[in-house]
Amino acid sequence: MKILVGVKRVVDYAVKVRVQNNTVDLKNIKMSLNPFCEIAIEEAVRLKEQKVADEVVAMTIGPKQATETLRTALAMGADRAIHITTDLRTDYMELQPFAVSQIFQKIVEEENSDLVLLGKQGIDSDCGQTGPMLAGLLGWPQVTFAANIETDGKSMTVERETDSGTETIKISQLPAVVTCDLRLNEPRYATLPNIMKAKKKKVDTRAAEDMGIDLAPRNQVLEVYEPPPRKEGIMVENMDELIDKLKNEAGVIA
Amino acid sequence: MRSLLKRTLQCTLKPEIRRSYLSPALTIATSHDSEHLFSLMNCRPGSLITDETALTKYNQDWTKKYKGDSSIVVRPQSTEEVSKILKYCNQKSIGVVPQAGSTGLCGGSVPISNEIILSVECLNNIEYFDSMSGILGAQAGCILQDLQDYTATRDHLVPIDLGAKGTCQIGGNVSTNAGGSYYYRYGSLRGNVLGLEVVLANGEVLNLGYNPSHLKDNTGYDLKALFIGAEGTLGIVTKVAILCPRLQKSKCAAFLACQNFEQVIKALEMAKSHLGEILAAFEFMDDEVLGVVKEKVPLPILEMYPYCVLVETHGSDEEHDLAKIEKYLSSAMEEDIVLDGVLAQSLSQVQDFWKVRESCNPCVAEKGFVYKYDVSLPVHDFPLFVSEIRSNMPPERPVRVFNYGHVIDGNLHCNIVELGNFERDHELSKTVEELVLDAVIRRRGSISAEHGLGQYKHIHLPKIRDAATLSCMYATKQQFDPKGILNPGKYLPPQTVPS
Repeated sequence: MKILVGVKRVVDYAVKVRVQNNTVDLKNIKMSLNPFCEIAIEEAVRLKEQKVADEVVAMTIGPKQATETLRTALAMGADRAIHITTDLRTDYMELQPFAVSQIFQKIVEEENSDLVLLGKQGIDSDCGQTGPMLAGLLGWPQVTFAANIETDGKSMTVERETDSGTETIKISQLPAVVTCDLRLNEPRYATLPNIMKAKKKKVDTRAAEDMGIDLAPRNQVLEVYEPPPRKEGIMVENMDELIDKLKNEAGVIA
Repeated sequence: MRSLLKRTLQCTLKPEIRRSYLSPALTIATSHDSEHLFSLMNCRPGSLITDETALTKYNQDWTKKYKGDSSIVVRPQSTEEVSKILKYCNQKSIGVVPQAGSTGLCGGSVPISNEIILSVECLNNIEYFDSMSGILGAQAGCILQDLQDYTATRDHLVPIDLGAKGTCQIGGNVSTNAGGSYYYRYGSLRGNVLGLEVVLANGEVLNLGYNPSHLKDNTGYDLKALFIGAEGTLGIVTKVAILCPRLQKSKCAAFLACQNFEQVIKALEMAKSHLGEILAAFEFMDDEVLGVVKEKVPLPILEMYPYCVLVETHGSDEEHDLAKIEKYLSSAMEEDIVLDGVLAQSLSQVQDFWKVRESCNPCVAEKGFVYKYDVSLPVHDFPLFVSEIRSNMPPERPVRVFNYGHVIDGNLHCNIVELGNFERDHELSKTVEELVLDAVIRRRGSISAEHGLGQYKHIHLPKIRDAATLSCMYATKQQFDPKGILNPGKYLPPQTVPS
């Protein structure tokens, strides 16, 4: 089974972003592998270790620096990588899910992948659309928000997170697209020996603009703003004051 | 003087004697005093605490080893109120314990008896920040992490970082000359604190370069230096002007494994030479402490090795920093100095590594009563020192020695615990104390690298300071606090023999 894993370069999860000129300020900001994509790579590598998969290919769409994201994926255990280069912003401001899923579709068809694992969403755009759109374009079954995957390489049982609990879905025949959620696994750290090995792994580069796909955004971003600051809480001195405030200020009791 | 010191040296420490260490000249505060103190704070609700339940948090320190008996906590909101309170207490000879975050490890922040507690927690305003010079002016009760968050949004960072950052307050950090993990990179508080506002025992307020504050100012005796690390015994710090360096653009960390301590030292030397100016922190942990930490926190390296090291770099260019780090790590691995390791791929992973290091203290504390030692030693002496301690522990008892710390500063945190025993065992305490102190002094180390003296280590001062030095220290105390109301019974050992 050949697995293609999408890995996105996003603003590091621990960074507090700032909005400048109606957009998120990306200058000098720390970028890292999207946490959900990290979970997807981890799952793919585990499937390889279980001998269910025989090749894991990591793919990213992004600028020159996105090779660092691929290096992380390779250090975690991916066998080789594909870098689709573009200078378009990948946080929804320029490149959007419809174009992204078309790029993936083309690569999947060339690679003859049996399974596509993606993070459920990018923490920059929070769309969660690439997976389902890709499945639609390919005409493949899809399961999103996977919390557990069991497969023998031919069929697959996936536990899926929903707001009301876990849903178990059986895919009787691969190939399929699966997007990965938080509970699926705990990604491994990149060990030094594996980081060294990763340097020797193959990375194929290709320009997004040369793929014959319309990369123009479908939606126009009208405004980007920070959420209003949370109002400071106040300390009350006694019960009477609390009741007074609940009654007369918050208006939650009669 | 000499015979007094000699007699002090010969006395053995029993817990019940502590209380009579306080000067008989001090009076115990009454309800009349508390009413008056309340009025000095304009009878502001919450400024005076006398309720027994509410008092518990102030009377006990973080380690729960030290418990005071205070019945009054005052929480002034301004320097003026601090001044009025101290003036009154000085007139009435009432003992005062200044208290900030109370995260110290030598019981310096809690009363020994029934001194009143003056908490600076309500003095929590950030007063100014000059981005050109990097000088931050803040009141003593500001929580360290709040200052870190504030400066981070302004492209700067506070030069100290400790595990207790979410609770400790800058006034306490300054009064204890806190060290922390970035000491090597950003230096001591003694260098970074550019100014202080302090209130003396008699209520006088001194502006020691707080406002205005300058990077360079050589005008008169540097009195503020006396208050840094004085643990509140010379005056109460109410405001701090601290020099904040530029925030690093690139932060990287690696968690490494070594087979023995010689390798740890080699890894450190290599880090200094390869990483150079970007090296920010280098901490070590032994397998004993990692063994208890891993029960609570997942370790980045799954296999157990005798030692692990956490290296962090701060730089202005991520590509440049990563290139240096990768060169360092591949050389260290090639030469078998480092057997295994992981490199953080995101800031969250950097935080994961620090979680391991910062969990050492609390995880050890959960195993039993901790005989805690914080020593400075020549780095090459660490292993011999540790094995000496271990080999002298009673073999029939489950006593374990956990070691970790800022090896880059020659600072070892040696924590001795009898597993499952949460009470101080006086016999064991005495054995351990004599053993450790002797082992440190023999190696010309410091018996308290960064934790200070408090109410626990001060009795050893005569062993390590000569008579002339001690005499000057007592004279300094006499000058600033003639009645001895500030943090009585701490920092300097008693000059009179207890009855």
